[in-house]
Amino acid sequence: MASQTLYNKLWDRHLVAELADGSALLYVDRHLLHEVTSPQAFSGLRSAGRKPWRIGPNVAVPDHAVPTRWRELGVAGIADRVARIQVETLTDNCREFGIPLIELEDERQGIVHVVGPEQGLTLPGMTIVCGDSHTATHGAFATLAMGIGTSDVEHVLASQTLRTHRQKNMRVVFDGTLGFGVTPKDLILALIGRIGTAGGTGYAIEYAGETIRNMSMEGRMTVCNMSIEAGARAGMIAYDAVTEAYVRGRPHAPEGTEYADACRYWQTLHSDDYAVFDRDEHFPVSALVPQITWGTSPEMVVGIDGCVPESAGSDEATRASFKRTLDYMGLEPGQALKGLPVDKVFIGSCTNARMEDLRAVANLVKGQKVSRSIAQALIVPGSGQIRLQAEREGLDAIFQKAGFEWRSAGCSMCLGMNDDRLQAGERCASTSNRNFEGRQGKGGRTHLMSPLMAAAAALTGKLTDVREL
Amino acid sequence: MEPFKAHSGLVIPFNRANVDTDAVLPKQYLKMLGKTGYGDFLFDDERYLDPGDVDIPVSERRLDPDFILNQSPYDRGTVLLAGANFGCGSSREHAVWALHDFGIRVVLAPSFGDIFFSNCFNNGLLPVILAQPVIDRLFELARQPEEFALNVDLERCELSHGKDVWPFVVEPGRRDNLLSGLDDIGRTLAFGETIREYEARRLPLEPWIFR
Repeated sequence: MASQTLYNKLWDRHLVAELADGSALLYVDRHLLHEVTSPQAFSGLRSAGRKPWRIGPNVAVPDHAVPTRWRELGVAGIADRVARIQVETLTDNCREFGIPLIELEDERQGIVHVVGPEQGLTLPGMTIVCGDSHTATHGAFATLAMGIGTSDVEHVLASQTLRTHRQKNMRVVFDGTLGFGVTPKDLILALIGRIGTAGGTGYAIEYAGETIRNMSMEGRMTVCNMSIEAGARAGMIAYDAVTEAYVRGRPHAPEGTEYADACRYWQTLHSDDYAVFDRDEHFPVSALVPQITWGTSPEMVVGIDGCVPESAGSDEATRASFKRTLDYMGLEPGQALKGLPVDKVFIGSCTNARMEDLRAVANLVKGQKVSRSIAQALIVPGSGQIRLQAEREGLDAIFQKAGFEWRSAGCSMCLGMNDDRLQAGERCASTSNRNFEGRQGKGGRTHLMSPLMAAAAALTGKLTDVREL
Repeated sequence: MEPFKAHSGLVIPFNRANVDTDAVLPKQYLKMLGKTGYGDFLFDDERYLDPGDVDIPVSERRLDPDFILNQSPYDRGTVLLAGANFGCGSSREHAVWALHDFGIRVVLAPSFGDIFFSNCFNNGLLPVILAQPVIDRLFELARQPEEFALNVDLERCELSHGKDVWPFVVEPGRRDNLLSGLDDIGRTLAFGETIREYEARRLPLEPWIFR
């Protein structure tokens, strides 16, 4: 058989039918649901008198609009009436259609893309979909994982398949060792800066190379998570011993002889030596410095020593867009980023709210204090399990002593659907994935960075090179 | 879904690249449970001077007179002419519902965010990818003081204005979706037997998937 890419192997394994119109029906092994993009899908099923094709692949968890305080009150603790109704609607829908639900009070609750891998709901070789663009996170486990819209959520519930089109293959090979204070987040931000937010449109990206092989699963998830910020629906990494060690023993992982069978199959989940990619990028990382975004698109990114560009493009639209970005961000052309005062710090999101992130932050801030000029410094763990583990390790005490607020799990200030958000004009050092206008609150100014860099900004009150602390 | 065969409408020139779905419909409206009622909140952050939320009646809010959708004749526009990578970011189908609910039926751009692009076809909204020179020419025409309307013929895959005609390409399956207005799910379930056969083939290979 000819050499195959990982993406093509996963595609072929899940192909149910190629349709006359050029699209394909792809079988979906795991479907993750949350409160925000599912209600209209359940309504659609109900009005058409349809039932889920299978129950087993579906798991729901509320995460997007939930408050990160008053968790002990459960749904009653959601002060926003409309958000509360939405979470109650998820509960009602799951009950009506028999879908397993991880409820708000459950200690396994958390951000859907953190919960999946943690519970072993994410297994190598799967196709995984969710009505959320950061579904590519699960690609770190050699899965084909994609974000879908609500119509497709309904389609998957009803048929266990997705109508989709084969993507082109892109490989990004990272070589070298990440330097001191440089993290997987910096690597993916730098890649987005290089290929642009539309650079991966139409492609499934495979991240490969020495740097990826030496990376933890947490780091790999951070990298795959932001594939959509490079335009790609799916990002993935080959299965290896690191994947195996993470999956083993997870609640929903196979057991016993079946686990051995699974591992044998999973070992085939890599691109073959002579596989051909439509696009191949090489990215040496040894000289990479901590990255920071200055604008309102993730591609507007520079090293911490860098400055806002002096100008952008020659055409009128690009110039207008550059001016608009700087006006929004309250920055001048050529302005240095280091030293810029920030108002809030957000450490959380499906990109960076796992144990490895929290431990790194705790290491840095232990015995230190959040700057008095910071209005709020939030740490929002990715799941209830992570919250518990962090508390077992005493990290919560370190954070709170330093002046951080220690919250319950959810998407929180990444998208500001709950009450964690920026006020107009506030500048935020954020470990999330999007710096769009208004993303963290109308008029809020977001700078994306790694957890280490966000923690450094919290301590000094300004954008800081963590390597200098 | 109502079938989409052809459409004629006023063009709204929206010349900005990387317009994300957060901008098209801000997060606070994702708490709504239906597929309609989003039109008043389309581009909410830019359209209104004061902040909004689901519970705040738009009649009590001040429109920003500088925003194009608040200006005549664009407030009646139904064809959005946009920059590259339109609809990037979040998968929220609410962005498509908001455009459709406002009255937009066609979006023209040099490129689109991938998930947004798929979502359009499930909701009777036609996204058309055009080469940059065509987009540039359309912006030029849309900037004239007189109103600029386009005819969009999906059966012939052509845009036209007076004697000018611009062909476009749409993937056949997606075109059929819009032309027929048919429910994708119904068409897929016609393959029910094929899906069952696939499951039966796969079950012995990866039994843990079928728990």
